[in-house]
Amino acid sequence: MRKLFVILLVVFLSVSALASIKVGAILPMTGGVAAFGQMIWQGVELANELFPEVLGEKIEIVLLDNNSDKVQAVNTARRAIEQEGVVAIIGQVISSNTIAGGTVAEENGVAMVSPSSTNPLVTQDKKYVSRVCFSDPFQGVAAAMLAFNNMGAENVAVFVDVEQDYAVGFANYFKETANELGGSVFYEYYKSGDQDFTAQVSDAISKGAGAFFIPGYYQEIALIAIQARQLGFYEPIIAGDGAAVPETIEIGGDAVNGLYFTTHYDAGSPAITENAKLFVEAYTAKYGEAPGTFTALGFDTYLVVRDAIERAGSTDREAIAKAVRQTKDFPAVTGIITIDENGDAIKSVAIVKIENGKFVYDTTINP
Amino acid sequence: MILTLIALPSIALLLFLSQELLNSYYSRIITLIGIYGIMAVSLTLVNGISGVFSLGHAGFIAVGAYTSALLTLSPEQKEMTFLIEKLVWPLNSIQIPFFWATIIAGLVAAVFAFLIGWPSLRLTGDYFAIATLGFSEIIRIFALNLNSITNGALGLKALPDHTNVWWAWGWLLVTVATVLSLAYSSFGRALRAIREDRVAAQAMGINVFKHQLTAFVLGGFFAGISGSLYGHWLSTIDPRTNTFGILLTFNVLIMIVLGGLGSITGAIIGGALFAFLSEWLRFLEGPMNILGFKIMGISGMRMLVFSGLFVIIMIFWPRGLMGRSEFSWDGLVSVFKRRYKR
Amino acid sequence: MGLKAPPSPFSFQSAGGVSLDPKTLLQNFINGLSLGSLYALIAIGYTMVYGILRLINFAHGDIFMMAVYFALFFVTLAQLPWYLAAILAVACAALLGFTVDRIAYKPIRNAPRISALITAIGVSFFLESLAVVVFSGIPRSFRTIFPQSLNEMIIIGGEMEVKYGREVIVGGIRFPVISLITLIVAAIALVFLWWFIFKTKVGMAMRAVSLDIQTTSLMGVNVDRVIGMTFALGSALAGIGGILWAIRYPQVWPYMGFIPGMKAFVAAVFGGIGSVPGAVLGGLILGITEVMMVGIMPGAAGYRDAFAFFILIIVLSIKPSGLLGRPEIVKV
Repeated sequence: MRKLFVILLVVFLSVSALASIKVGAILPMTGGVAAFGQMIWQGVELANELFPEVLGEKIEIVLLDNNSDKVQAVNTARRAIEQEGVVAIIGQVISSNTIAGGTVAEENGVAMVSPSSTNPLVTQDKKYVSRVCFSDPFQGVAAAMLAFNNMGAENVAVFVDVEQDYAVGFANYFKETANELGGSVFYEYYKSGDQDFTAQVSDAISKGAGAFFIPGYYQEIALIAIQARQLGFYEPIIAGDGAAVPETIEIGGDAVNGLYFTTHYDAGSPAITENAKLFVEAYTAKYGEAPGTFTALGFDTYLVVRDAIERAGSTDREAIAKAVRQTKDFPAVTGIITIDENGDAIKSVAIVKIENGKFVYDTTINP
Repeated sequence: MILTLIALPSIALLLFLSQELLNSYYSRIITLIGIYGIMAVSLTLVNGISGVFSLGHAGFIAVGAYTSALLTLSPEQKEMTFLIEKLVWPLNSIQIPFFWATIIAGLVAAVFAFLIGWPSLRLTGDYFAIATLGFSEIIRIFALNLNSITNGALGLKALPDHTNVWWAWGWLLVTVATVLSLAYSSFGRALRAIREDRVAAQAMGINVFKHQLTAFVLGGFFAGISGSLYGHWLSTIDPRTNTFGILLTFNVLIMIVLGGLGSITGAIIGGALFAFLSEWLRFLEGPMNILGFKIMGISGMRMLVFSGLFVIIMIFWPRGLMGRSEFSWDGLVSVFKRRYKR
Repeated sequence: MGLKAPPSPFSFQSAGGVSLDPKTLLQNFINGLSLGSLYALIAIGYTMVYGILRLINFAHGDIFMMAVYFALFFVTLAQLPWYLAAILAVACAALLGFTVDRIAYKPIRNAPRISALITAIGVSFFLESLAVVVFSGIPRSFRTIFPQSLNEMIIIGGEMEVKYGREVIVGGIRFPVISLITLIVAAIALVFLWWFIFKTKVGMAMRAVSLDIQTTSLMGVNVDRVIGMTFALGSALAGIGGILWAIRYPQVWPYMGFIPGMKAFVAAVFGGIGSVPGAVLGGLILGITEVMMVGIMPGAAGYRDAFAFFILIIVLSIKPSGLLGRPEIVKV
């Protein structure tokens, strides 16, 4: 018995003695938005395989699951920083969690880079929280341009999820731009987790909506689309980057054919950088299908963090955080990333259409 | 009695040491244990001692959290956070110290408890439980939609980090002292009589309704206090199901059942166990290094083990740890005596 | 650090307003009927268990969820045709309900009611966590499991138009085929249960147990078996309700049973807990009022779930035994 204990102790000590640089990855692996978390994790994992070292040491990714929950977002952030001693954090995924976990990062001076949180409050007045994606003020503009200019809709019904910061903000930017472009919008409300939208859809139809805009997450987008078609709404449906996962098609089926959405990246768009080509090749080799938006964002976030550590030249958290904010013209998969002094990245919006059960790249809207 | 007087400063010393020696992650858990203790003891007063099965505790905790948050946030922060609709007057220009905010939070929660208890206590047993559950959900849903008061789904962020070990355990002391003295008074005896046999108690002349309502309101008061502390521990509150919904009530229920339904010491122990287990079981979800092999943890394993343990305890050990008895110095001594007599 | 409020990017138009367009009202009534029929099926199971054991089986909604996952896997993994998968899934749900009773509720049959309630909550949690671990928390699609013809809409009225290159019917009142099926199934369940409870020996045993467990066991009835049967029957209905729900709302995830379960419970209480026709009536009324409330006041959509609880509390205050229930006599 004692021998076993000694062996275990030795193994344990030797394993933990391996020097490595710890980078935290706080993602929703379970819970309502687990689909995003898991795709981003795939990207991070892949990037870690392709670029496993920096400054001569191995990068160890510490994965923590925030269960799509705000309170857990805070707890896992604390755990990563204090227990695990990470030098930087990749995460979190949805804006409400990144905002919550961000306060912890700010307190402790640890860089937190979000792959996908688009709400402006995420980086507002913060020194340590940044993102590699565009933010909603721009996405809202792009979506509005898509709806009113490209598709020529009038009177759009916007389905707002009152439980999500992301949806509420996104919808508002859409509305602002819509007013500027001379279009009209009205809101229908729902809550995350609702499954029956027939009342809202019927109401929207009776108010003569020319298109639906759903700035929410894929579960509700798919269900709203199904019920809309069932209730006799044949006009265009538009969504935001919450739709950019295969589950949208799986759940929505035929109802989502012809749905357009704004997103960060599509594998079908021409590869701009070396990293982009490498990413698509490696992913297709490993998984046998084309990668999705969020996987690409996860990949990019890892690369940006690694690049920042390299430029900082040390594992000092403060230095890394500074280096992240100084990221300039980094050739990533989803575009050429420059992070400005507010922590935001200027990126283009890709418009993707769902056709015959597949994502098909349509066009790009540049800032 | 003397032993109790000695024990208290020693606990205080332990808490002080914990703050100095442990890292912030652990010391926050110790604070959380204090907060959970207040939640559990206040629920035990209602469910355990009075035998009134309330499922609405989360509602009162939420009320307490929001009230105190709205009072302690500075006007500028409120200006920044309330983006959908402006906060109503006079809340948008008030800022008061944490202590008073907590007390007011408790009072507001007590008022809610009164309003809810008055119509609901006419119902018996299960119906009462459902009614309180319903009210708790209604509170939460209203909080979700009243943008001009609670900021709706966006919730309140950047709550000042007032809660520390001293506030939490200090209030715990107050709560325990109050509930203990109540439990061992004639009022407490009446409550227990009602719990054992309602009709007989009524026949003896005890005003069942008044007693139960008082216990319910008192439970609500302390729930509100715990809410204030909890909100400032979390630093961000929102009316979502996970934070202030039925899940929270169930968690507190787990605490008091673990410790023993009807025992105040049990409630505190249950709270501590719950806090500890919640975090300790996290290792099941991350990659584990066993004999050099990396085993990927399974996400969600934590809740599974928790609920599994809970059901097993309910089946085999429904009395919980303490049953209905309280901690007493004599009891402790007799435990040791039994051990060493062998 | 100067905390200056940024120019507010939000200007929410508080959506008030009431819309009372008759055609939409009718459509929403139908929408509500469709939702209510599902609540009705699930409510029956709740009411049956409560009638016998005075236990609110919080795990009922989770058995509903499990049945859907069973059906999903029978089709995808075992490659069974959908009707076989459905029957098997319902059978498994019944078995699951029976097992839950055996393992978790039987040992505490004589414990105070609070313990039973708490255990039920624990079992509910356990089933949900189990589903998360085994099936992962990501919502899955149920769309491909059942023939799409079930999701067609019955359209009354409306006119043909050509839109976007396709001939479609615009307007009219629409009712999903699956909802019609659900209503029919609920009606069949009602008739079947009426026959079962009042015309068979086992049913009589159930009625006896619901009145007085101890006396009934003294009469030589195997009370545990009767209770187990009740659970099995109620769970089977939950399973059927679950599959029908998943056909209508083809999204499967571990917590999908939680809210429908609670609403079904409200419906059961509303209709009179312990009364099967009451459960059906309660379910239908709840579904209709819920949808119509949102239809008439779209701005109040966020309060939708609170509405169910409102009804619950009002009913409990005025007539705790519900619409069709009998008042409970407390014996001294």
